[in-house]
Amino acid sequence: MSAPTVPLTATETRIVEVRAGILKKNDELARALRRRFEAAGVFVVNLVSSPGTGKTAFLERTLRELREQGLRVAALVGDLETDNDAQRLARSGAPARQINTHGRCHLEAEMIEAHLDDFAIDQLDVLFIENVGNLVCPASYDLGEAMRVALLSVTEGEDKPLKYPTMFNSADVAMITKVDLAEACEFDWEAARQSIESVRPGMTILSCSARKGTGMATWYAALETRRQGWRSTRRDVVV
Amino acid sequence: MHELSIAHGIVDVAVGEARRLGAVRVSAVHVAVGRLSGIEAGALLFCYDIATAGTPLDGSRLVIEDVPISIYCKPCGSEKALPGVNRFRCPDCQTPSGDIRRGRELELTHLEVEQPDFTPLTQSAAS
Ligand SMILES: [Zn+2]
Repeated sequence: MSAPTVPLTATETRIVEVRAGILKKNDELARALRRRFEAAGVFVVNLVSSPGTGKTAFLERTLRELREQGLRVAALVGDLETDNDAQRLARSGAPARQINTHGRCHLEAEMIEAHLDDFAIDQLDVLFIENVGNLVCPASYDLGEAMRVALLSVTEGEDKPLKYPTMFNSADVAMITKVDLAEACEFDWEAARQSIESVRPGMTILSCSARKGTGMATWYAALETRRQGWRSTRRDVVV
Repeated sequence: MHELSIAHGIVDVAVGEARRLGAVRVSAVHVAVGRLSGIEAGALLFCYDIATAGTPLDGSRLVIEDVPISIYCKPCGSEKALPGVNRFRCPDCQTPSGDIRRGRELELTHLEVEQPDFTPLTQSAAS
């Protein structure tokens, strides 16, 4: 056996406490975005849901009708590969841009930042972000939004919030969509309300049919109430 | 699956911290993962090996601390750990509470590092 090697520099193994957020970069950027949105006076809404909840139809109608009410609105749409949704949203007459995530399952703050120059954001009242259809991953990423809305359709089952508690817990409003199909699906309203309450006590629950227009006026009123509340508290920040 | 993005995030933060500490080698990275963080531990471990390949963390272990959700219960006047992730009620008095105190963590907590041993030098300088 050879003699033990003596290292040139003595080293010691230590466990060092660090305490650093793993999403630090995204969170810092999101904070900067939030300040920028506040300075520009644009209320930003992040829409999250699983695929097939009718999020694009909901947003298309929202953009069109808010525009008719005189609000200056626009949309950023996250999509894995295509730009179909942005084209569809542009039919509402509001500016819409696609963010191609190149296969990533969620939007991140830097993707939002990279697309903001597509709009004159200080000329906008509300900017909607349609996140990628996925109830898991987008929950972890703050995009600097002022309000997060989680959509679930009556066709998905009442227990969806129990299966995806993180997403519903991180949202401000639960929007139940496709209510025109509720009867056909034998949708249990009480069970749905209970499962939402269970994961987020006191959460605002709204419902709508973007196809028929049911519930949309209530949604616009809830949005406006929150926007007015935000306007009265936002700091006047100079970027 | 966003665990790969998260794993890359861990590498970024850990490499920065290791440099700051003047580490020669990182043998393990400890992270606290709250049950409300939306991260699946198995997927994260799998992605960690992919994300660390070719980086200074290559070959290091990832140690995941599972952090249960705690809510503050007003009637009880204390913080209560929840057994699950989808029932935000005090396990003792059943009062609903959305006042979450723990469970959202996604944090690098400790690094196991090899550092040059400067202790004797420091001691001689001090005496
Ligand atoms: Zn209690």
